[in-house]
Amino acid sequence: MPAAQAPARQPHPFQPQPWRDRRIEVILGNLLRTGVLISAAVVLWGACVYLSRHAHEPADYRIFRGEPSEFRTIPGVIQSVISGRGRGLIQLGLLLLIATPIARVAFSIVGFAIERDRMYVAFTLIVLAILLYSLLGSGLGV
Amino acid sequence: MTILEFTAIVAIVSFVAGLLGSLTGLGGGVVLVPLLTIFFHVDIRYAIGASLVSVIATSSGAAASYVKEGFSNIRIGMFLEIATTFGALLGAFLATRIPTSALAIIFGAVLLYSAYLSRKPRPQAQRSLPPDPLATRLRMNGSFPDLEGPRSYNVQHVPTGFSLMFGAGALSGLLGIGSGAVKVLAMDQAMQIPFKVSTTTSNFMIGVTAAASAGVYLGRGYVDPGLAMPVMLGVLAGSLLGSRILVKAETKSLRLVFSVVILVLGLQMLYNGFWGKI
Repeated sequence: MPAAQAPARQPHPFQPQPWRDRRIEVILGNLLRTGVLISAAVVLWGACVYLSRHAHEPADYRIFRGEPSEFRTIPGVIQSVISGRGRGLIQLGLLLLIATPIARVAFSIVGFAIERDRMYVAFTLIVLAILLYSLLGSGLGV
Repeated sequence: MTILEFTAIVAIVSFVAGLLGSLTGLGGGVVLVPLLTIFFHVDIRYAIGASLVSVIATSSGAAASYVKEGFSNIRIGMFLEIATTFGALLGAFLATRIPTSALAIIFGAVLLYSAYLSRKPRPQAQRSLPPDPLATRLRMNGSFPDLEGPRSYNVQHVPTGFSLMFGAGALSGLLGIGSGAVKVLAMDQAMQIPFKVSTTTSNFMIGVTAAASAGVYLGRGYVDPGLAMPVMLGVLAGSLLGSRILVKAETKSLRLVFSVVILVLGLQMLYNGFWGKI
């Protein structure tokens, strides 16, 4: 079996496997792990504040009302965090969580640029543009 | 039910879903939305918003350990993410426009398909295929560590895989799930990517795909902090524990149990959707 792959070695400048530079892989892995842990910690903190104040109120999610602007826009979330609201902190943690894979995509652009792979720098920029549009163009930024 | 009781029960259920999803490789998100809507009577839009957030958490948490193994192919992943993120954006916008009973019916169909797929034997190691010109131009062919050293593979049918991925992204944005089942269809079946490479690469794409629709959901007020908090923390803790205690001998019967659960939830979602109960 291994003999069959011998002619596959072309004098191609690209090694189309993960990153040639192992450091980029390690940094990306750590970036994801750190992002998830920080956001989980912020959500947990918010949970403590929220539960300490509202634990005995009735829970009802049967009827869809939609969240008020303090829980669905970035300025609103920041405002409610400053005023010390538990649910504001939870939303901040969730925003950090959404930002984690976006940061990974942004960092991949650097990785492809180091490998001088212009085609994949362009592909990654397209993905990043779609992600930023979703985050900022859908009412979150207002 | 008080908020404290509700939070505690939802956290435990999410923990079990995350644990079973990670042990069986079927993903926990797919059972969360039906559980929340059927047993907790949560509006399906809130349930989808909370599930989507937990999908990002598990995917990113697991990717950290996958990245180091050297199986995932970053170029295949990034290229296909153009399709999945675009699809996810479309799915998220559609979700705000179609009636909730239609959401329940689509969800039921996806659950039935996932249950069917989980009973099918995993695809065997492919024979070596000739390189495809488009895949070669896109630098997608690669190799991965196998028992007898590195094994190379040639990616096939890129346009078919790309279109299926668009569909996977749209379902993910519409239903708040990772769409692992459709991703397997695109990568294993159409593109002929080896199983280990396609599962790790797809896991790493799921977080990015879910992030594309999560922004829309959050901005539209579909992500409730009181509900998303126990779901996200529970699923994350369960899946992290699951990835540590992975015991191969017992996953077979676990997979059977879990796929029966998925089947029953799928039938229930279809029933509720058709009779207008959601």
